[in-house]
Formats: sequence, C-alpha cells, structure tokens
Amino acid sequence: MARQLLVGTRKGVFVLGRRGRDWRIERAELLGDPVTMVLGERDGTLHAAQDLGHFGVKMKRSRDGGATWEERPVPAYPPKPDDVVDVDPMRNTPIPWNVMKVWSLESSQRDGELWCGTIPGGLFHSRDGGDSWQLVETLWKHPDRKFWVGGGADYPGIHSICVDPRSPDVVRLGVSCGGLWLTTDGGKSWDCKGQGLRADYAPPDQAYERRGQDAHRVVQCATAPDHVWIQHHNGIFRSTDGGLTCTEIRSAQPSVFGFPVVVDPHDPRTAWFVPGKKDQWRYPVDGALAVSRTRDGGESFEVLREGLPQQHAYDVVYRHGLDIDADGATLAFGSTTGNLFVSESAGDRWQNVSNYLPPIYCVRFVN
Amino acid sequence: MASLHFTQNLARHTECPSAALPADTVAELLARYFESWPAVRGYVLDDQGEVRHHVKVLVDGRNIKDRRKLTDRIKSNSEVYVFQALSGG
Repeated sequence: MARQLLVGTRKGVFVLGRRGRDWRIERAELLGDPVTMVLGERDGTLHAAQDLGHFGVKMKRSRDGGATWEERPVPAYPPKPDDVVDVDPMRNTPIPWNVMKVWSLESSQRDGELWCGTIPGGLFHSRDGGDSWQLVETLWKHPDRKFWVGGGADYPGIHSICVDPRSPDVVRLGVSCGGLWLTTDGGKSWDCKGQGLRADYAPPDQAYERRGQDAHRVVQCATAPDHVWIQHHNGIFRSTDGGLTCTEIRSAQPSVFGFPVVVDPHDPRTAWFVPGKKDQWRYPVDGALAVSRTRDGGESFEVLREGLPQQHAYDVVYRHGLDIDADGATLAFGSTTGNLFVSESAGDRWQNVSNYLPPIYCVRFVN
Repeated sequence: MASLHFTQNLARHTECPSAALPADTVAELLARYFESWPAVRGYVLDDQGEVRHHVKVLVDGRNIKDRRKLTDRIKSNSEVYVFQALSGG
C-alpha cells in the first residue's frame, strides 16, 4: 500500500499518511497558494507545481517527505521569434510563450527523467530530476499543433503523460483540446493517434478530427499498457492497441460525462470514473455523488455510492482528482468542494477523510 | 543611484531586499539587480523577459510604458517599485 497521499489544492499541498485504519492529514505545506500538480517519485522525492498568480508558476521539491521544500527551476519557453505566427484557432488569439500552468508531471523508469506538460501546450523534459528543463521542440514545432485549441482553459494544455513501462521512449500524451499523441523514440518524433475519438461538440464533418479531440484524461494500465482508457469531453473511450484506435463506450451509468479515469494496474478491463451529469451541468446526477466502475472492459458498469453523500452534493472531481494505488484496491478522490474520500475496497466503500479542504486539483499516491 | 524596492508580498516567496544601483533604464536596473538576486527574476519577468501580466513597475510613481523591453529611462535618484497589479492573479 502507498506510503503517502498527496493532495494539491487551491491553498497548498496536503500530505496524508495511513495511521491505523485511517488516512490522516499529517502535513499542510506551501499554504496560501495554488498547487496545480504533485508527484512522488520512487525514491520518495516529492514535487509540487505552484501557480502564484501574480508571480507565475513555481516548482518546489522535497526530499524529506514534505517537511521542507526547496525552489527548483521552472520550465520556460524560449524567446518567441517575431516572425513566428502562433495563434489559438478557436479565437484567433496569440498563444503566449509562457508557462501559464503546470498541468501534468510524470517520472519514468530512467533515474532523474521527468516529463512536464503545461498550458499553453508545451511539453518539457528533464534528465536531472527537475534541476533543468528543456522544451520538447519536436512537439512544439509540430505543424499539427496549430490545430490545438483551448478547452476549459483559454489555451491548449497537456494534461496526461503516460510513460510506457516497457520502454521509457514510448510516451503517450493527452491534450485538451488536441487529442492523443504518441512518441516511440523518446520524443524525437510525434504522431497524433486516437482514431475513433468522437467530438459531438464539433460540426459533423469534424467530429472525428483527431487533432482537435478533447480527451479530458488519458491513462494506461501499468501491466498492460496497450490498454488505454480515455475520459473524453463527450464520453468514455477505450483502446487495446496503445491508443492507435479507440472504441466509444456508451453504456456507463449514471452518465458518460466526467473528467477523471483510473485503471486497475493489474487488470486492464477494470476502470473507475467519477461522472458528472453532462458538460452543461457539471455536478453529480441528482446531486448524489457516485463513482462508476467497470470490470469487463466497459461492457457493464456498477455505480458505487457507499460512504458518498447522496443528497445535495455538487462536487466536481477534476481530471487529476482521482488516483489508484499500485495495489489496485486503494483509491482516493477529491473534489472542487474540498471533500476527500479514500476507498481500500476498490471503490465498494468510501471513507470520508475531510470535508473542509480547499478546492482540490489533484490527488496522488506515493509508493 | 536609483533605488529599487519590491512589494512585501514578494518577500513571502523569495528574498528581495531593496537596493541602490546605477542604471539608465528599468531594464538595466533589473538586470543589475538580478545579477545579485537571480531567483527574483522569474517572479517579476515572464519567459519572454517581459513584465509579468499581473505585476506592475513604477518609476517615481508612474507606471512604466514599455512592459515588453523595459526601455523606460530612470534618473540617478529615481525610486523604482515592483508591485502586484490589482488586476487578478
């Protein structure tokens, strides 16, 4: 079972540990400022990405379990040449070459290797544990990036980074809104995949345009990484060929809309979601908070409610607000309303850890 | 020498003591300051070296005009302040 649970919120990062039968908040760190992403590495190193608003994005690292944090370099875009035209096609507005938010952060099986996804769409790479960062120019300069558009944010962003456990040179990305991207050579080249993703918010002739898909979250099975699950803006999709082709799953209950998804690290057919009513109504169906689970690859779904509020609950769970431990049985999720829940029964029963946290952006187990 | 001061809200994040430095422009003043206090740069300027969207710089009580290249001229006795802009953030 995980050693720690990190919770990034609007007002700082909270470090939880398991004491007896309960998960408890043991530290409240970096208080007062938004923490948009957290990561715990295998060696226990913790990373937190802050958004200081006036003063920009900052990166913090802890090597003592979250007791102290040191400021580390922030990924930065290179100077934008005056003759380069770079606009978001949705609104025809210039894309700022500035890190506006760290939206994803992942380590690989290589010591010191980190990937960092940002708004407005740049992917950054570090080989020294975050002591320095390099913009992945092959993706930033890819001609198809001009098709990316902002979704909920004003500019596009990379929210999902899936490093293939079989080879660290194979990396899959989820982009809102820019689809599903794949490199098989460590980032030297990139291709947009995700055939079959469907955007019903686009004109019919563009519904299957791969480069504009709003994949809210992309995850892969740790032991069967060709099995990829996607919570998309207008539904749930599954791939069994590493994201090359995707099949829409329309049977999820109580709805197919949501942001997060996690997959069982030992069973690629088992996945969990926290559904909202619909894109126009971003709260739980009937105000009853629920987690949905499939154990058969999306053929059927169970709706899990035990321990979750079933009246007047209007929690939204962001795309990084749900996580699963390597044991495949311990899950946690946190909501915009500051509610934090943990299950050690694969979602059958949920324990409320706190009702009083700031709005929660991300939860992550640390092994 | 011109004097440079920072909002105390920035001191919460990084050490940024006031300083008196010789400079003819805001760009020169900040560049000299960042030689001694390099960590402050990323709090004041963005990736492109422009004043951050929600930061404002005043010279003798007036907002600078060139937030992109910071070419505003300063006098030998100018007081330069770096504040948060009340514009969001």
